[in-house]
This record gives sequence, structure tokens and C-alpha cells, in this order.
Amino acid sequence: MSAQSSFGDVLVLGGGISGIQAALDLATSGFKVFLVEKDPTIGGKMAQLDKTFPTNDCSMCIESPKFIECDRHPNIEILTHTEVAAVEGRAGDFEVTLIRKPRYVREDVCTGCTTCAEYCPLRVPDPFNQELSANKAVHIYFSQAVPLVPYIDERCLYLRDGKCSICEGVCKNRAIDLHQTAKKQVIKVGAIVLAPGYAPFDPRARGDYGYGTIANVVTSLDFERLLCATGPHEGEILRPSDHKHPHKIAWIHCVGSRQVLPGGHSYCSSVCCSYVQKQVILAKDHDAGTEAVIFHNDIRSYGKDFERFYERAARLPGVRFIRSYVEIGREIPETKNVTVRYATDAEGVKEEEFDLVVLGVGLSPPANVKRLAEQFGIELNAHGFCLTDPANPIQTTRPGVFASGAFQGPMDIPESVVSASGASALAGALLKARRGKLSKKRGYPAERDVTQEEARVGVFACHCGANIGRVVNVPSLVDYAKTLEHVAHAEEGLFICSTDAAEQIASTIREKGLNRVVVAACTPRTHEPLFRDTLREAGINQYFFDMANIREHCSWVHSKQKEEATEKAKDIVRMSVARSIHLEPLKESELPVNKAALVVGGGVAGMNAALGLADQGFEVHLVEKAKDLGGMARRIRTTLEGLDVQAYLQDLIRRVYQHPLVHVHHEATITDVSGYVGSFVTTVRAEGQVRTIRHGAAILATGAGEHRPTEYLYGADERVWTQLELEERLAAGDERLACARGVAMIQCVGCRQEGRDYCARVCCSQAVKNALSLKAQAPDRDVYVLYRDMRTYGFKEDYYRKAADQGVRFVRWTPAAKPEVEAATDEEGRPVLRVAVPDPVLGQRLAIDADLLILSAAAAPAAGSPEAARLFKVPVNPDGFFQEAHVKLRPVDFAADGVFMCGSGHYPKHLAEAVSQAYGAAGRAATLLSQDTVTASGSVCTVAESACIACGACVAACTYGAIHWQKTPAGDKAEVNAVLCKGDGLCCAKCPTGAIVLRHYTDEEVLNQIDAALFDSPSGAGEPAHAKQEVGP
Amino acid sequence: MCTGRVDLAFVLRAFQKGATGVIIAGCWLGECHYVTEGNYDALNMMHLCKKLLEHAGVRPERLRLEWVGASEGIRFAEVMNDFAATLRELGPLGAAEGAPRGEVASRLAALARLVPYIKLAKKEKLAQRFKSPEEYLQLYAADEVAALIRDVVSYYVEPELCQACLICLRRCPVDAIAGGKNLIHVVDQDKCIKCGTCFDVCPSRFGAVREITGAPVPPPLPEEARAVVRKAKGARRE
Repeated sequence: MSAQSSFGDVLVLGGGISGIQAALDLATSGFKVFLVEKDPTIGGKMAQLDKTFPTNDCSMCIESPKFIECDRHPNIEILTHTEVAAVEGRAGDFEVTLIRKPRYVREDVCTGCTTCAEYCPLRVPDPFNQELSANKAVHIYFSQAVPLVPYIDERCLYLRDGKCSICEGVCKNRAIDLHQTAKKQVIKVGAIVLAPGYAPFDPRARGDYGYGTIANVVTSLDFERLLCATGPHEGEILRPSDHKHPHKIAWIHCVGSRQVLPGGHSYCSSVCCSYVQKQVILAKDHDAGTEAVIFHNDIRSYGKDFERFYERAARLPGVRFIRSYVEIGREIPETKNVTVRYATDAEGVKEEEFDLVVLGVGLSPPANVKRLAEQFGIELNAHGFCLTDPANPIQTTRPGVFASGAFQGPMDIPESVVSASGASALAGALLKARRGKLSKKRGYPAERDVTQEEARVGVFACHCGANIGRVVNVPSLVDYAKTLEHVAHAEEGLFICSTDAAEQIASTIREKGLNRVVVAACTPRTHEPLFRDTLREAGINQYFFDMANIREHCSWVHSKQKEEATEKAKDIVRMSVARSIHLEPLKESELPVNKAALVVGGGVAGMNAALGLADQGFEVHLVEKAKDLGGMARRIRTTLEGLDVQAYLQDLIRRVYQHPLVHVHHEATITDVSGYVGSFVTTVRAEGQVRTIRHGAAILATGAGEHRPTEYLYGADERVWTQLELEERLAAGDERLACARGVAMIQCVGCRQEGRDYCARVCCSQAVKNALSLKAQAPDRDVYVLYRDMRTYGFKEDYYRKAADQGVRFVRWTPAAKPEVEAATDEEGRPVLRVAVPDPVLGQRLAIDADLLILSAAAAPAAGSPEAARLFKVPVNPDGFFQEAHVKLRPVDFAADGVFMCGSGHYPKHLAEAVSQAYGAAGRAATLLSQDTVTASGSVCTVAESACIACGACVAACTYGAIHWQKTPAGDKAEVNAVLCKGDGLCCAKCPTGAIVLRHYTDEEVLNQIDAALFDSPSGAGEPAHAKQEVGP
Repeated sequence: MCTGRVDLAFVLRAFQKGATGVIIAGCWLGECHYVTEGNYDALNMMHLCKKLLEHAGVRPERLRLEWVGASEGIRFAEVMNDFAATLRELGPLGAAEGAPRGEVASRLAALARLVPYIKLAKKEKLAQRFKSPEEYLQLYAADEVAALIRDVVSYYVEPELCQACLICLRRCPVDAIAGGKNLIHVVDQDKCIKCGTCFDVCPSRFGAVREITGAPVPPPLPEEARAVVRKAKGARRE
């Protein structure tokens, strides 16, 4: 990011997770990006979160490697503390004027040593910690900040009154510049990605629930900071009034959301239900005795694995979910406890006392959104979020300007990441002629040859905030590591993955002449690339690295047994050190990338993914099993928002057929897939012909089907239809509809139950949409929706409200008393379907006589998904949906390189969401296809010729055909083709002489690790200390 | 790396070093992340290993192979807790075996030295692939393993016949043959992996390498007695 040129390809506005992802995808696929952020660091709201639902992954831990990736990326220039002043020009040629706000610290000379902060006499409320604690007026925003440079708060004594300036004096590098002024910078770009995110709803404005006046009422974001190890009390949950541990906590849902009152938002904020459940689980984790009460109005667990997450929270002892609107009673003067008044169907109005009340605040449009819209010449929707194309939520009203993340409307992290990759695909299409023109490759220092040196191991043990540190005694682990043979250096860190820690490791490697590095922290799955990169920066081969996982393998699973966990951590580190001593420097090879892609499934997602890639200049083969393109969308008339789906589909299909780079294969079956990232070979049988397609990437878009109900008389009575059938008949003008006086709908048919334990996400909106259509057809008609929780998330909430306003009756049922259906005759003697359900509000049994019964049948994985998964060797989750590489941050990637997913095969979704994900997959695939080569691991097999006895066991074991015979004076010997070897190591386990060796996982390395594992097992009673532990999930 | 990479030697080493149990966990059959389906090989090896453990008087329940997918954290915890319960019941190595641990360990060490021989002798079987896991159950019979160990071969260079031609010495994959020019070759039985290469390559006109089964190997020739004195018609020891 050293380039100071004002020419770039794309401006990404907003350095939150969405902006970061967009910048990384664009930069990796060959574009020069300016990443502009108003705060002093990138990171956004995600950096403030403690954990993320539904996996409870540590938020900072998964996000911060991306900061470093941005920082180190040669094609990303990060401009923090910067705002936009003006935008001129048009798509392909924008001129953007930026204002670089004064930081009062010179980024180019500051070393991040924080001496200034040490000497600063003034403490100001810390914005990163939601002002729950104080920080110095000059400080680094948070310890993983990028850039790792302090800024000076405007409340600084000098800036306010011209007094002080101690920091100026103590800075050895003269980096403090208290006279800095805002600077203008003009940049030229071809496209703009807007990712300004959202603002948390501020309950202070209306004094909601006493926030701002009652000390022990906090917002959910405040509570995130309280939970967090880097928070105001280092992860201790202490309430504001007396810094005591709260034992009874209330959460109030929908603060600022789902209300039509002035100052509130009518929409649902989409994420609060799940984040509240997360906070409940975490609060119980901190203190199992915590009593938690959650006041809600529908639990909206509509996302992938959210339903199970909800069940997990609800099953915890001492946790009550209560469906009720609430108000704050009073603050008790002596205890500062807060009372909450609520009402239940069974018990009427009650008042209950809590130690702490957490407000589940919603998501508001970003601050100054109107000004932003004016500057960029885009329109906003009625809620103040970005107005987007009804069929493409990334497309704003202005060509060349794309919306990414929560600026589109409330959404969770994976959706923000998906739309970011999608924005990268759309910007990439606009600028395809410029790809690679401004981009640069990254350079590294020359590698030091350490093969003749004694092993000098450096051990870096991470606290991971409190993730490890709260369980494992890290200082004693470090002391222990120092006693191990060959360990030349050991130290601990709060977050080893932060930018400064990574730089620190690099300089320690150089200063102490380390030639092996062991990081005792989390999983290599997410963090190994970062640390390997650090080794390269330090000038030693990246394979001299081993990761000791003391988090997933230790602190997370043994959180209740601190001493034993510390012993186990020592074992793990000792094993890593033992292995590291035998590590060897390895070279990586480059494999060519075939620039074509294969898209499996010709529905809306598949077609958009194909166009998303083809528009960026990549050839695409689109494989569809049916005769026609369109998939599930062929059965849908309109979207809830009113998009004419059939007209849209016609246009989409036309664009697919007309695109010169898209080749459609109809009535196609894939019979075989071989190869690997960059060079797949797929055999397709289509319309009687068998073709072999070579491609570098694949996108699976096999979609979902509708579950066929087996209950509520479906199939037995022809007046019982599914929602899709209703929709088709509405479109066809079925006359049974014309004369239907009463229509009943039952939600959650075939889901949220044993065996299909997920929410199918789309059915509530589908029911509202069809109910509105039925009402529009005949306003006097009775329409009932029998629901469990109405999950009309986001802006869809408005339509739910509209339906209620138009007289659609919503009746709630619970699994304990499911609706019952029978054929009957009404008072007039007409044959009807009688639907009986206990009405919890009225407390009596309600019998509805309907002419038609509509079942909201769950969306289930399509028949083609398991087959596609099998062929491409990718996993599906227990529900049969594709399993992404990382739920939060790699939502369209499979763990297998080069294979991506989009659409309802990943999880049921609405049309616009499928389109967004399709572009997301296209954006991710383009980061691969835009490369000429991919790097193949150096961890491949090799043969020690003299030890080979030509028994052939290895040749038989290798299905890659990577081993062949080589003639030598001593007879035939096995030889490995490194390009074909994938490093699975089957051959090694078969070789009798140990002649064939899997590099990086050699017998020597593994046996040493085993020996080290069992090293202090006392003879005669060899049970390791940790064998008595219980493993928690 | 794949579960199929787990070497027989790794498992035996762990027990030899006193592990109470060994668990191998990996991808479900049919869900291989490579295309090689190496987990079938792991299953194959595990069954052989269990029989070997039994032969060495070690309870085979101490070794377990489980399929746990990346998304199955809860299953992983259940499997581990269950295995831990089994091991707790068995106690440390030796307890359920009714033998001191040291003795069990030395039996295992002897077994570990035979790994190359076992791999070679069972090469075909170890490469066998079945469709269902049940089919592997019967692949190795106890008496078959007993016979395998009983009939273990050793290679011995007859000092009388050895011409010190260096051929076997050079071709030995593990450098287990000592000797040199004019020095009678001697197989180091501790290093020897019983691959038979020396037997195969010793010129037939010498026939100096002897395959010994079911009988003790004669002690190695003392170092001072290894020099070869060549006479007109061949070589003979002085």
C-alpha cells in the first residue's frame, strides 16, 4: 500500500467487514483499490463484537487477519480518518475529492510505540468501548488497528485550550503534529463500492427504556463490549452503576425496530434475535448461574443454523423466553436494580426486578446518509437505506456505484460479505478492460538459508483476548516453553494475530536469529496463512512454522478445568516444538489456471452467477438438468416487493442465451469430475452427447425444492395446496380461488421440527405475499395465517403490517398444540375444511371454516445437491445444504479450493438474496480465474531413491497417478510428479522402507510429535493428566 | 494429510510410549476431501493393527477409528467422552492386560520393528478396498497374524560364502549391512527390515544370503574376524 498515486480502479467507502471483503476481492482480482474509512482504523462494527452467531466464533479473531491482508496487499491503499467531500464524473471515470481529517499523528513516521499515550495526562471516554471506559486522549483505536497509529481525540487539552503538548515532546520520532489540518486529496477511479454500514439505533434520542438516565440499562452493543476480553472490564461482565456482577439480566427485543412510532423504524432489524441469543449463551458461559429473561415479539431465527442456536439458548437452565411487550417500571434507588413490566397470556401483567437490562437495539441507516446519497448521486429508500434494483440489491440507482453490506438494509455478517464479493463482481465487469493494469505483485525479502544452523525455535503464545487466557495460564505456558530443548525464545501476547504482534514476530525472528516458529493460539485453518506470511516477511522459509492449537483443542473444550487445560496446552506446545525441529524449507509450485468456469444449475442463482462471470470476461459453461432454464423461479409470480418474476426471468434467460461467453447445456447430467483448483475436468452428458469440459472453477447452484407435506390432509383433499401451488393457481386464475370465501394458511409445515430442524426462511414472506394477493382479489374474503413466529425480517416487515392492516388474521400456534384439520360442513351446509387451533391470546379454541387450506411447506435441498456435492467432493450440512468454508467470512466458498456455491442449495433464500449470492460467488471465482497460476503447496511427496525397493505399494495407493517408475542403475525406482501430488500421504503409510516421504508431515516429524506427547507419561501408570477431562461441545 | 497417512508405526509407537489409547478421527467414508478415499485405507490398517495389538496382548479397544465431519463438533465431543470412558475403565496400558507396562512396551517395540516386514508381507491385503466397512472386519484373522509373526524371516550372510562383493551392502534400503571391500558382510538384525533385497541381489553363484524362518539367527561374526583373504581359487577366511 505504498503507492501514493491518485489513480486507482475502485473506491471502496467504508472499512467494515463488507468494505474489507470488497477491497480484498477486487485487489486480488487485479484492481487497484482505495479503501476509505472515516474512523482511525478499519474494522467497523464487527471489530466491536465479542463473538459472532451462530458459531460463537471470536469476532476480532476472524476479522483481524483480514486487516493484515488489506494492509499487506499491494493493490489496496487504506485511507483512514478520511471522508468524502465530492464526487464527479461517471461510471468508468469518477473523480472523488477526499478530506483526510487531521489525526495529529503522522502515519508515515509513527512506529506505533504508544509512548505518547503513556504520557498523555487526559483520559477521555473510549469510543471503541462504547464510552463505558476511558482511554487517553491520544491512543490507538484498538490493539489490532490498521494502521497501527494513534490518533488524537478532539477533546485533547491542546486542541481544545492550547494547553499541554507533552506527547509532542516525548515522541522520539517527531510523529506528533498538533498543527495538522484537514487535507484534500483527489483520486480518480472507475467504480465505487459503498459500504458505509449502519448505525446502531440510539435509544437515547427518545429516552427509550430509560437508556441514558438509568445506569443499569445498556444497549446490546454496550453489552458486547462488556462481554469482550478487550472491553472495559477485560471480559468481566460488570454493570455500570456499581461495577458489580449482574446475576439477573433482562434482554428487550425490537428496540427501535418494528414500530411505527416517531423516531422508531417500521422494519425488522434482522439480526437482533440471534445476537441476543448469542449474548444469553455467552453471559451463561461467563457465569452459569446467571438468570436470563428475554422479552420478545416473535423469535426470528430465519438464517442458516439459527433455529438450532435459538433452541440451544432456550434449553439453557435459568433462561426464559417471554413473548411480551414491556416497559421499564422503575430504578430501585438503593440497589439501582431496574424493574420491567410485562404481560403474559397466562399470568397477566407482572413486574420483575433485574440487575441489568440490555436493549436489543436495531440497525439504523449510517450517520449522515442523506449527505452521502447527495454526494454520490444515489437515491435512498423510504427507510433511509440505499435504494437498490429490486432484482439486484447491489445495484444502486447510479451506474458504476454499487452498494455492499448493511447499507442495503439490515443484514448479518455473511450477507455483508456475500454482497461485498458481489459488488466486486459487478465492478469487475464494468472495469474488465482495466484489470491488471495498475495492480502489483507483492515482494518479499530473500530467504535466509538456515539448513546448516542448529534449530532455534521461537514460541509465541496467544491469550486470544480471554478465549485462551481465561482458561490456560499463558505465562506459565511461556515459562514452560522456555525450558524445552531448542527453544531460543518464548513470549506471550494478547492477540498474536494483530498487525503489531505479527510485525513483532518478524522482527524477533530477525533479531534472535530464530529459524523455527511455533504459534500457540488458534486453528491453522484460519490463521496459518497469516503467520506463514509473517515468516516470509522475516526472511525465512514459510514451512518452518507450526501452529499449536491451544484454543479449539484446549481452552474451548476444557473451559471448566483450568489447571488440566494448562497442562494440556504444555503438552500441545511441547509436541509442536518437537515437530518444528525437524521441519524443512519447502518450495511451492505454480499450477496453471484454466480461465473458464462451470456453473451447475440454471435457476436464477446459476444464471446470475454465469452472467456475473461472463460479464467479467470469463467463459462459462452453464449446466442445467431440465429442458429449460429458470428453475424454481418459473413457479413464482411476483416477489413480496412486487417484482414481476416471470418478466424478469424472460429477460434473464435472454441475456444468458445472448451472451457470447455463456454456453448452456440443457438436459445435462454430470457424470464425472476430476482435477483440482485451476484445472477441473468435468464430463457432461447433455441432449444425448457426452462432452468433456475443462474449467478452473466451479459454482454449485443446484437450488432447493419444496417439501411435499404428509399432514393436514395434503394429497387426500384437493382443497389443500402448498404455497407454490397457490401461487401458480393465482397466476392461472384458477376458479376455485374466485369462489373461495375463506382461506387458511398453516406455517412451518415440515420444518422447525424433528428431522428438519431449520426455519425455511422464505415461507412467512411467501404467506404474507399470497395473503395480500388473496385480499386484493376479494377484500371481504377471510384470510387466516396460522403461524409460530412471523419471520418477515428486514423491510418485509412492512408487508406483514400491511397484511394485518388489510384484515388478514394472524393466529399463533405452538408445537404443543398443532392445528387440526378436518373436512366438515358449515352452518349453511357448505363443505368446508375446518381448521381448529387453540388461540393463545383469546385462550380458547378457534375453529376456522375455510374453502382452501394453504400449507407453507418447507424449502428442502434439491435432489441434485447431494450428487453435485459428491462429484465435487464438497460437504453438505446435516440438513443437506452445502457447507461453506466458514459460516461468517467465507460464505460462498467451499473448503475445497476452486469450488463455490450460491442460491438455495446453500440455504433457502429470496430471489434478491439468491442474486446477491450469485454475484458473490462470481466475485470469489473471479479472484481465482483472474490469476494465471495458483500456488500449489510444497507439502508433497518425494522419494529417497536409495531406500526404494520398487515394491510398488505407493504406485498402487496413489489414485492421482502422481507416482511413476524411473529407471536407474540400481533398477526401477518410484518417482513423484510434484504437480500431481496432493499431499494426502497414503503412499507413505504403505511404503515398507520409508523411502517415500510426505514433506512437512514426515515420519520423523510425526514420530517426534508422538514421542513428545507421551514424554512425561510416568512409566507403569501412563495416563496423561488431561485424560480425566470431559470434553465440552 | 489424510487418515490414510496414519502409519501402523505411528500407532504402535504411541502405545509403546505408554499411550492409554489412540484415536484416529477423519472424514466419513465417501466424503473424502481428496479423491483418494484414503479413509478406507485407514480402516484397513486399523483392523490389522487391532489384530497385532491383540497378538501383543494389548486390548484392541484401546485403538479406535471414528468418522467425524468438520461440522460435527458435538459428535466429536461425544466420541471423545465415550472413548475416554472406555479408557478409564481399561486403566493405563498394562492394567487391563495383566502385565507390567514395561513388558507390554517391549512386546510392542518388537512388533514395531516388524512394521516394514508386515507392510511388505500384507502389501496386497493392505491395498484392498471394499465398499462397506463391515467387509473389513474379517479381513485379518487372528491366526493369520500369529502366523505372520511366527514365520517372520531373517536374513543372514553366510560368512563362508560371502565374497564381500558389496552388492547387497549397496542395495540395502536401510543401510543395515556392514562390511566393505575385503570385509565379510554382516546384517545388523536390529536395523534389518526384512525386505529381502539382499537375498534377491546376492549373485546366485555365491548364494551367500540365507533366509531363516523359525530358527534363531547365528550371532554376527566378530569384527576382527571379518577380513577376507583371497586365494587363487576364491576367498577363504584365514
